[in-house]
Amino acid sequence: MRFLFKTSYEQDIRLFRDRTDAFWYGLLALLVLALPFAIDEYYVGETSWVFIYALCGLSLMVLVGYTGLVSLGHAAFLGIGAYAHAYFLQLGLPWVISMVLAVAITTAAGFVVGLPALRMTGIYLAIATLAFAVIIQEVFSRWESVTHGFAGMPVGKPIIFGISFDDDRSFYYLCLFFLLIALWLTRNLLRAPTGRAWIAIRDSEIAAQSMGVYLAIYKSFSFAYSAGLMGLAGALFAHKIAYLAPDIFTILLSIQFLLLVIVGGLGSLHGAVFGAIFVALLPPLIAILRDSIPDSLASFAAATGIPPIGSLGAAIGAFLAKPGVEAGIFGLILVLVILLEPLGIYGRWLKIKLFFSTFPMYKKATFKRQKSYMRSERLR
Amino acid sequence: MSLFTAENLSVSFGGIRAVDGVSFDVDNGEVFTIIGPNGAGKTTIFNLVSRIYNPTGGRLMFDGADITAVAPHKIAALGIARTFQNIELFEHATLLQNLLLARHAHKRSGFFSELLFLPSVRRMEIEHRAAVEHVIDFLDLQQYRDSLIVNLPYGVRKVTELARALCTNPKLLLLDEPSSGLNVEETEDMAFWIQDIKTVLGITVLMVEHDMTLVSAVSDRVLALNYGKPLAIGTPRQVQNHPDVARAYLGG
Repeated sequence: MRFLFKTSYEQDIRLFRDRTDAFWYGLLALLVLALPFAIDEYYVGETSWVFIYALCGLSLMVLVGYTGLVSLGHAAFLGIGAYAHAYFLQLGLPWVISMVLAVAITTAAGFVVGLPALRMTGIYLAIATLAFAVIIQEVFSRWESVTHGFAGMPVGKPIIFGISFDDDRSFYYLCLFFLLIALWLTRNLLRAPTGRAWIAIRDSEIAAQSMGVYLAIYKSFSFAYSAGLMGLAGALFAHKIAYLAPDIFTILLSIQFLLLVIVGGLGSLHGAVFGAIFVALLPPLIAILRDSIPDSLASFAAATGIPPIGSLGAAIGAFLAKPGVEAGIFGLILVLVILLEPLGIYGRWLKIKLFFSTFPMYKKATFKRQKSYMRSERLR
Repeated sequence: MSLFTAENLSVSFGGIRAVDGVSFDVDNGEVFTIIGPNGAGKTTIFNLVSRIYNPTGGRLMFDGADITAVAPHKIAALGIARTFQNIELFEHATLLQNLLLARHAHKRSGFFSELLFLPSVRRMEIEHRAAVEHVIDFLDLQQYRDSLIVNLPYGVRKVTELARALCTNPKLLLLDEPSSGLNVEETEDMAFWIQDIKTVLGITVLMVEHDMTLVSAVSDRVLALNYGKPLAIGTPRQVQNHPDVARAYLGG
């Protein structure tokens, strides 16, 4: 087991806890940088989805995981970012300016949606954001001069300062770059007074207020920042998906984002990334299984001479190919995570890490929480 | 000289006059306690002072300024800090983060400098940390510094709330039942700390408390309330022996 000997206050606000941590993150960065050369181009494309989803997860993590405000309408912000970016590119604006404008517009939209959040919490806020998302989706389909409605809107490959990011590998690095920037900025906010104010609002509004936190400002900040990240993700999303249509940005997408942060682990930046890996890689994983299970079981049956295994494989393949199975598997995993690991993948990761660092002295009880019934009456 | 004055303070919720014409002043450097049976309006007075409720009548003066209409989030910066009757800590944060949040009223960094974590932000953070460490030393909380609040026992949480209030650098400290839920030993510790806060740190304390041993041990003056109306004001002994106070508690 490793003990951290702290000798200065500086140590607690560093980006990385110590050299060992910095080393592992550095190694991870190298791996991620080298990955596109090690895997097939198709999978490089799928991995860019992980980065885009991680940006979405980061956005929702700030709002739900750190500020404690639930949103069921974040797909709308993704849509606003995507459409704004596509529209400005169509007008012929340079890529960087278009991107900045798209993020600015989404941030402003988030700020406006955040205003009712000052008076609403919990389920009421969720419903309000859901209503917002429905309205925005309607706007996408009706405002044809900008969005081209259901005819759709093609989005070209990004060209930044004359450099074209037209293949999957270069786009992978573009997404990775923005994800790292976003992670860094968010981490900065979280170790500064703003992040603490968000956490305070999540855990006790009344105490936060008595300690000098202006609830209205910090809730709006949180909404605006979260929306801004979503706008950034939306701009990359537009390039990735190449063709925008209003029916992409549905309530189901919003719920998928919420699922992402819950499965990843609420209240941690790691959770956003873990959740993104899960959400982005589950569909291709199911597709691989669907294609490979019948074949491999059929060859297994031929080798062993037990025909039922072959027909079982075909049945599994046929089942996985049915529409709705993917959503069903998502739902099942969500239920299992909430039942078995409420802290999400990140919580499990912490446990595994502790298991190895304290081996053989690991105690299950370390993570047991004392049930607390001391929640005070609220003043409203 | 009085640090804090309540003049003819009243508040009603519908037809209920929860606080009805209460006047008192708290002198600089004293421990002033409000006692009264349940529902007498003690915590309501605290919520009026920390501006969570708006009074329907009367005036609040603090440090020579009228604070009757000040917004609740500006109270901490003026120098009033409070604890809550039922602990209101940030449960899924560490003790250190809880105390650092109390420095919020002294924050001077802007949103964008925090976004980039500029050297100025780093410097401020270290200053806040130093201020927080003073309080941690004062209340002997070193060993819990990095624990999540959810994992701490009740007694420690109670002290943590006191620590968080002290971290705002208050001139006036409002303690809402500091001994509730504590055992005899912990209550004694609390009495020592309240005395230290008064004598060592020179902070004026306004307290709501039921435990009369603690009240008589630390209070300079006591105000007794019943049904939102003041019954008696004076030294702990005077108030305890006041016939109206005995009647309010015992009936008859």
